[in-house]
Amino acid sequence: MKYIVTIVLLVILSIYNAVFAQPYYPKTDNEVLEQLPARGESWFEIRSLRKMVESNPGDLPKVLNLVRRYIELGRAESDPRYYGYAEALLTPWMQTAHPNAEVLTLRATLYQNRHEFPAALDNLSQALRQQPRLAQAWLTRALIQEVQGNYAAALNSCLPLLKLASPLTARVCINSTLSLSGQIDLAYQQLNQAVQIAQAEAPQERQWALIALAEIAERKGNIAAAEQHYQQAFQLDQRNGYLLATYTDFLLDHKRYAEVIKLLQNETRADGLLLRLTMAEQQLKLPEADTHKETLKARFAASRMRGDSSHQGDEARFMLHLLNKPEPALELARKNWSVQREPRDARILLEAALASGRANHAAQPTLEFLVKSRLQDARLQPLIDQFKRIKS
Amino acid sequence: MSRITLMAILVFASFSAMAHKPSDSYLALTVESNAIRGQWDIALRDLDYAMGLDANDDGNITWAELRGRKEAVYAYAFNKLEISVNQQNCPLKPTDILVDEHSDGHYAVLNFQAACLAESQQLSVAYRLFFDIDAQHRGLLKLTRNERTDTAIFSPDRKQVEFALNSVRKPWQELLNFAYEGVWHIWIGFDHILFLLSLLLPAALVRENSSWRPKQNVSRTFWDVLAVVTAFTLAHSITLSLAALGYIALPTRWVESAIAASVALAALNNIYPVFVHRRTWFAFSFGLIHGMGIASVLLDMGLPDGQRVLSLLGFNLGVEAGQLVIVSIALPLITWFSQYRYYPALVMKLGSAGIVTIALVWLAERSLDFQMNIF
Repeated sequence: MKYIVTIVLLVILSIYNAVFAQPYYPKTDNEVLEQLPARGESWFEIRSLRKMVESNPGDLPKVLNLVRRYIELGRAESDPRYYGYAEALLTPWMQTAHPNAEVLTLRATLYQNRHEFPAALDNLSQALRQQPRLAQAWLTRALIQEVQGNYAAALNSCLPLLKLASPLTARVCINSTLSLSGQIDLAYQQLNQAVQIAQAEAPQERQWALIALAEIAERKGNIAAAEQHYQQAFQLDQRNGYLLATYTDFLLDHKRYAEVIKLLQNETRADGLLLRLTMAEQQLKLPEADTHKETLKARFAASRMRGDSSHQGDEARFMLHLLNKPEPALELARKNWSVQREPRDARILLEAALASGRANHAAQPTLEFLVKSRLQDARLQPLIDQFKRIKS
Repeated sequence: MSRITLMAILVFASFSAMAHKPSDSYLALTVESNAIRGQWDIALRDLDYAMGLDANDDGNITWAELRGRKEAVYAYAFNKLEISVNQQNCPLKPTDILVDEHSDGHYAVLNFQAACLAESQQLSVAYRLFFDIDAQHRGLLKLTRNERTDTAIFSPDRKQVEFALNSVRKPWQELLNFAYEGVWHIWIGFDHILFLLSLLLPAALVRENSSWRPKQNVSRTFWDVLAVVTAFTLAHSITLSLAALGYIALPTRWVESAIAASVALAALNNIYPVFVHRRTWFAFSFGLIHGMGIASVLLDMGLPDGQRVLSLLGFNLGVEAGQLVIVSIALPLITWFSQYRYYPALVMKLGSAGIVTIALVWLAERSLDFQMNIF
């Protein structure tokens, strides 16, 4: 035990030493040390908003406006620093006896971004107690409950959206929940209809619906339909990191590695996308795979060093499929499973459990969950069958 | 604010596609005899967001822009950091500002000194950099003293950490710590145990006319074992000390191979007796080699300056204690079973054959430097 502790400490220390590289004196005064990001229109707008908020910190509408701008920018640039700025702006407003419902909802969004789901749900129910007609709070709550695998609760949170939000939003919410809890054919049919009707809705909303539809088709094992819906989603031309991730997972499953590389070649900044790119490169035995593996290793280490655990699912896939280390992969997948329970979370856990040879014991809770929730997934079925063979 | 835009933020609850790292700063403190030396790496981007470094507003931070604001940067940072020793605040003095590159961009490297007395007991670090403007900022602290390193993470929920400075320096704790390592090393070092066991297996027997028979006198067994164990201990203590203090050094591969060979020879001697009456000398001469093997662990751990002899003593006592436990368990069993007729053939020879096999695998692995993954 003591030796394991020593080894872990040494590893941490060597990471530290890598982080503490050699400081230097720049050679000339004009040497550019750092290029500041996001200097576009939106940044100057944000800067003037920030000045206004600084001079008048009690103006809640302006504060909320700035918070939303930061969250948008954080999403557009995939940069978590902006979420940190947003959170700091909300902190004083959270310290009152009865925080405002919108403050609570935005705070929940930030929790959710870091996969701190219980804290997010707590804020959302406080918000809904104050303002039961807050559509955003219902939707966020439904999505978190769905990710947690709490489908009955998610469905209950979706229902108020029928009155409070657009028909398409409500239908996507309801049918993705249904599709995970034993009614996949009905859900696919209903959502497909809703998408056909809602041609006039905003592109982002339609893209969301199409991605949900594609994922349901994939779970049904209807590969042609999934491909078609993914293509439709891409045609809406909204840059969307999640679409890239879920579609490249689909491509990886069908050994279409060259297409993955073509899509993700310039997406090395986002960890989740770099992971999928590297998996494709490894399959094609490209030399880039090795450097990308090192990059991923360093990034996972850096996020672990600051105590961040929202990457555990991806890290488990990294350990299993790229480093071929089933034991740590299983450990990460189990920790990830205790936080979120989407089909892909179940999948990496089952794969890691099978690879590590400790199959039944480690995977039992997940297998029980899959039976109980009646979740159908063509990709999980072969894994479940393998477990049955081991048992019998 | 449209419902749509916000919804897009929320749709993919479980996916994190963050392309950047959140904000971190790296604070390294080194406790020296008359002061604490600090190196604080803070992202230029964060400093700019907090205090506006980009003087000409062109989106680039140049060395001139950073150097021109050196005093202001130090003042801003020092206002967010308090180092105190025994509840007394240590004044922070800037030394030199440098630049360094981390995975997410360039950082200002703030070197400084905290003037504190060294004979202090307790060090406290209070950190609140950027928490007011970025709730996701973290401060990663590395504290080094007496070749020991501690780490801590500062966050808005944990703005202060305390360290007991002198705890490692207490001599008896150092002794105990090394003694524990010594015991542990003997218990997990199977080669030493097997060597000792090979020497003990025939301890309660005498060889007469090419056959083994139990000793009549238990006290003779005891004295024999005492002689063997003492010889082994004396020998490995000598080389352990010489190697740990740096007077002798042999290649690890050579030493480890010789240890494996010694185990094989000791066990073979039970099957084809050669040194029947000279087991004490046998134990002594091979003990010299085992000592060098044991020392390699100690060298890996590193002996603390100023307490080398004490740590060595502690480690050695630990090794002897661990060995004594093994002997006191094995000896009564061996003495008891030696009375039986089947013992020489079934237990001693068969057991020794097993030990020879293991030792030969070790020997092959260690001398040829490869892994068979059998034992």
